[in-house]
Amino acid sequence: MSIIHDLIKKRILILDGAMGTMIQRHKLEEEDFRKGWFEGHSKPLKGNNDLLSLTRPDIIQDIHRQYYEAGADIAETNTFSGTWIAQADYDLEKAVYDINYHSARIAREVADEFTAKEPAKPRFVAGSIGPTNRTASISPDVNDPGYRAISFDQLVDAYKEQVGALMDGGVDMLLVETIFDTLNAKAALFAIDEVFLERQKELPIMVSGTITDQSGRTLTGQTTEAFLISVSHMPLLSIGLNCALGASMMRPYLQVLNERSPFAVSAHPNAGLPNEFGKYDETPEMMADQIEDFLKEHLINIIGGCCGTTPDHIRAIAQLATKYTPRTLETVQQIDNND
Amino acid sequence: MTKVTLKLSGLEPLIVTEESNFINVGERTNVTGSRAFLRMIKEGDFEAALSVARDQVEGGAQIIDVNMDEGMIDGKEAMVKFLNLIASEPDIARVPVMIDSSKWEIIEAGLKCVQGKGVVNSISLKEGEANFISQASKIKRYGAAVIVMAFDENGQADSFERRIEICKRSYDILVEQVGFPKEDIIFDPNIFPVATGMEEHNNNAVDFFKATRWIRENLPGAHVSGGVSNVSFSFRGNDKVREAMHSAFLFHAIREGMDMGIVNPTMLEVYSDIDPALLEYVEDVLLNRRSDATERLLEFAETVKGDGKKKEVDLSWRETTVEKRLEYALVKGITDFIDTDVEECRKQFERPIQVIEGPLMAGMNVVGDLFGSGKMFLPQVVKSARVMKKAVAYLLPYIEQEKDGKRSAAGKVLMATVKGDVHDIGKNIVGVVLGCNNYEVIDMGVMVPFEKIIQTAIHEEVDVIGLSGLITPSLDEMVTVAKEMERAGLQIPLLIGGATTSKVHTAVKIEEHYSKGQTVHVLDASRAVTVVESLLGPKKEDFVKELRLEYGRVREHHQRHRAAKQLSSLQEARENRLVLDFDDTTISKPEKMGITVIDDFDLNELVPYIDWTPFFQTWELYGKYPAILTDEVVGKEATQLFTDAQKMLDVMIRERWTKARAVAGLFPANAVGDDIEIYDPEHPERVVVVQRTLRQQTKKVAGQPNLALADFISPKENGKQDYIGGFVVTTGIGLDEHVARFEADHDDYNAIMIKALADRLAEAFAEKMHQIVRNDLWGYDQQESLTNEELIAESYRGIRPAPGYPACPDHTEKITLFKLLNAEKNTGVALTESLAMTPVSSVSGWYFAHPDTRYFGLGKITEEQVKDLADRKGVPKLEMERWLSSVMN
Repeated sequence: MSIIHDLIKKRILILDGAMGTMIQRHKLEEEDFRKGWFEGHSKPLKGNNDLLSLTRPDIIQDIHRQYYEAGADIAETNTFSGTWIAQADYDLEKAVYDINYHSARIAREVADEFTAKEPAKPRFVAGSIGPTNRTASISPDVNDPGYRAISFDQLVDAYKEQVGALMDGGVDMLLVETIFDTLNAKAALFAIDEVFLERQKELPIMVSGTITDQSGRTLTGQTTEAFLISVSHMPLLSIGLNCALGASMMRPYLQVLNERSPFAVSAHPNAGLPNEFGKYDETPEMMADQIEDFLKEHLINIIGGCCGTTPDHIRAIAQLATKYTPRTLETVQQIDNND
Repeated sequence: MTKVTLKLSGLEPLIVTEESNFINVGERTNVTGSRAFLRMIKEGDFEAALSVARDQVEGGAQIIDVNMDEGMIDGKEAMVKFLNLIASEPDIARVPVMIDSSKWEIIEAGLKCVQGKGVVNSISLKEGEANFISQASKIKRYGAAVIVMAFDENGQADSFERRIEICKRSYDILVEQVGFPKEDIIFDPNIFPVATGMEEHNNNAVDFFKATRWIRENLPGAHVSGGVSNVSFSFRGNDKVREAMHSAFLFHAIREGMDMGIVNPTMLEVYSDIDPALLEYVEDVLLNRRSDATERLLEFAETVKGDGKKKEVDLSWRETTVEKRLEYALVKGITDFIDTDVEECRKQFERPIQVIEGPLMAGMNVVGDLFGSGKMFLPQVVKSARVMKKAVAYLLPYIEQEKDGKRSAAGKVLMATVKGDVHDIGKNIVGVVLGCNNYEVIDMGVMVPFEKIIQTAIHEEVDVIGLSGLITPSLDEMVTVAKEMERAGLQIPLLIGGATTSKVHTAVKIEEHYSKGQTVHVLDASRAVTVVESLLGPKKEDFVKELRLEYGRVREHHQRHRAAKQLSSLQEARENRLVLDFDDTTISKPEKMGITVIDDFDLNELVPYIDWTPFFQTWELYGKYPAILTDEVVGKEATQLFTDAQKMLDVMIRERWTKARAVAGLFPANAVGDDIEIYDPEHPERVVVVQRTLRQQTKKVAGQPNLALADFISPKENGKQDYIGGFVVTTGIGLDEHVARFEADHDDYNAIMIKALADRLAEAFAEKMHQIVRNDLWGYDQQESLTNEELIAESYRGIRPAPGYPACPDHTEKITLFKLLNAEKNTGVALTESLAMTPVSSVSGWYFAHPDTRYFGLGKITEEQVKDLADRKGVPKLEMERWLSSVMN
């Protein structure tokens, strides 16, 4: 049993906030995304945030530092799009290993620095594994519903590369997140399991799905409970929800997970819904207010923020979390031979 | 405390608890169980197939079983396509899927398509523990539950003891070695028929009940499932008894702990509504309560059916009007009275032609309608045609006595098997079906050059031309015919049919070359009439417009698909070849080197080696033998056909209508690159022939090699002498005269029958010969003892790939093989210009014996490899491209 399994029973763990929102503050230009690595690359790279771990490690390092300072226990690596599938749009399939390895290294170094200063509050690094920009369960062509733009095997291949590089870079756990298509997530879990088997080494796995709207379903139509069942074949550290919704709208679905999940439950909601300019308006106080509802009801073991959240949001949430005990991890009655 | 239970999911959860009722699995999206569904899949009518799935879910199925195991369709492709389509239908996808196949590759392909947690149906210890463990581990990784059949290395469990022994062993392996969640294990302890009349079957239901109880008490967490309709097979045709049996069986099975099952809800009586007398008889049988239970139920069943009298030849149909009698004879295929009836009819009409146009055509219309609506099957229709032909033959002399005694047909259809090809069963069947529908068929036979086709079409003023062929070079010949028809300025619609043809090939390669007329691919005989009707009818314009649109889409899709397919370079593929160990344990020196000729093998010995399933496919009856004989839909026809076949086979063998001849040869050999040098057994330094093999170029996942047959032979540089074999067998010599005799007698049914039987005998001979080689001539496997099922499943060491088939699609290697074996002289089998073997009932191939050999499909290859092969063979690249066009990217 790792330290994290131990800690998660004792207190609510804090995950960091948005990476993209923090990067936007820097008003970066095309050259920032190329520096030293992709100077002569033929395609525009601005907006490919994962590259910054290579070209502007100073910025990424600083963001991790700000979140740890705000009270985060776990920082996510800057690797949301770190698969050859997502990088294909930029012709940067070859950069995938470097993105993941260096992103993991950067977060690892900052985490170790904080842990050394404050051994009572060890800091962790979660390797962020995004959904890619393709869906394995839906056809992009309305006239050909049987068509698929990506196959399970291709996803497994892409995820294996990412997982291997993240592990080489020294992450403590893996976070499969923003799952809008459970089949993509199953491919990620399949890849993780294969890498673990090949390396004879396992890390805790966190899984986080995205409920797209008030229908309470994922983009590919699963209910929260069906989603939970579909990924329960792996011994997860936690299962949760992130993105798309603000904290208050997420609550009914977290309630389902609270009732049904044999694993810890996590949430990292957006700072509300985006306004007409695509910005998120909820202040740290507004968000913390809604989150306090979950905490009071002990729905949660891990809490953090997604789009629009900042170190200030995380600070407010972290302070609040100290006042409440986590969701009790139910002991599940296993089937044994004396049954 | 939450208790662990079986949890499945589609878009919505399905949770199986102690309290939940029996879980009902929908069975209709299964090609082996539903003929209608099979037809939809075969015809590519996925819209209709989806509505079957939807109906089931709406009707209360909590899981849907999907099975695509059928020889005539690409099961893997169909599974993937259907599951992908289901994913887009929320009202279907809400329930979990049961991925049902006996082929692991289909199961695995299916697992890659479902986002929910489904069920695999099924795995077992049949092929040993290693296989079982590897499959179970993968299923766990994909996140699915599993059905485990009570089946092990020694066969299917058929007693209580064997059932629990196998289930226990499977369970222990799953739990202890694989770490499979106990609650995700579902056992299928085999539901077998009862009341079969065989004493050893009397306890079948009781054994199942006992095994179910034992599993639920001794294997914690595990569930029990099964296919219920099996139990009542003996009472096919008596639905009342069957429904009662199903209900009573479920009643007891559920009490013993069965909690899931495949049940047809329309074949189920409410337990409490079963007539108490019937229930008692049924339960006597199910529970094996008395020794005469079967007899008593059978007797009672007759009264329930209200049909207690013995069957005699019923001639009551003779008592109606002559028109009705003709119709009856046509529908039932009875020729006994046809001359008398036709004569009687002829006297009633002014002109003999009116008999055809009137009552005979009316009767054939009834046949056509019944066939069209799936109420008659192909063998029956062919028999109807025999009646029709005999009737027409009787009338012909009278018609010819009149001056303008022309029969008005619905249209004229020219049929031909193209140049270089000799396969004609399919073409003949289509001809018969068209004939039945009042089309005049001009059958030009086999190996017909395009000049003759075009000449005859013009001269006879035909309305439609139909081309047929089976071997891949025929595909090219069809393109040539189409181009020449264009050049000749024809506008006659062109039909394309035959096993290797496809809609895609027709759309991509043929249709565009023939712009003035319409080209249509015809999937099978049952489609031919509709297509011809549409082409000649008033709605032709709409039909053609729709077809052109459809073929345009097919071309576009093909283009896209092709663009997406990436191939490795030849060098990359060669670097990724399969490297096997070659040593004394894997190389065996043949006992008898060189050529062995068998001039007249006893046909009787081949009968047990026949694989009957493809025989039924020839007649468009789909299902596995022997289950097909008791199939709900086609069982009756299949049984009739099988009986006729047995009788005919008997005569063929007794009267020696055909002769079985074979040549097999075993030689020293070594691989040199992708070539295999084959040496003279006397002078192993002398190369006799060189077999050129082709290498797969599809991109492989890590660890999967790009195979070529040469990989199965020890490379020359290893310095280890290896061996290879080759064979040609035929069972077609002398058959032609008998076919001609039946055809002259207007008896297409028997003409087709003996050809189909000869084909089966040839395949059986190839199987037998392979066994002789393994056990004696090569002798590497002298201990082998396999059942026919195991032979058909190819569960022995070594393979016999045939030139022209997936592992070696290059037909020109037949020339190499024939030269090596001096086959034409030794067997009488010759090669046509397209390299089809004649007589048609012949099989040839190579023997490979390394324990790790396996069949594979070459897939697509690049122009680079074709060029390379042409250089190796010393023939022009253009010529090689012509032979290999079907596998070129």
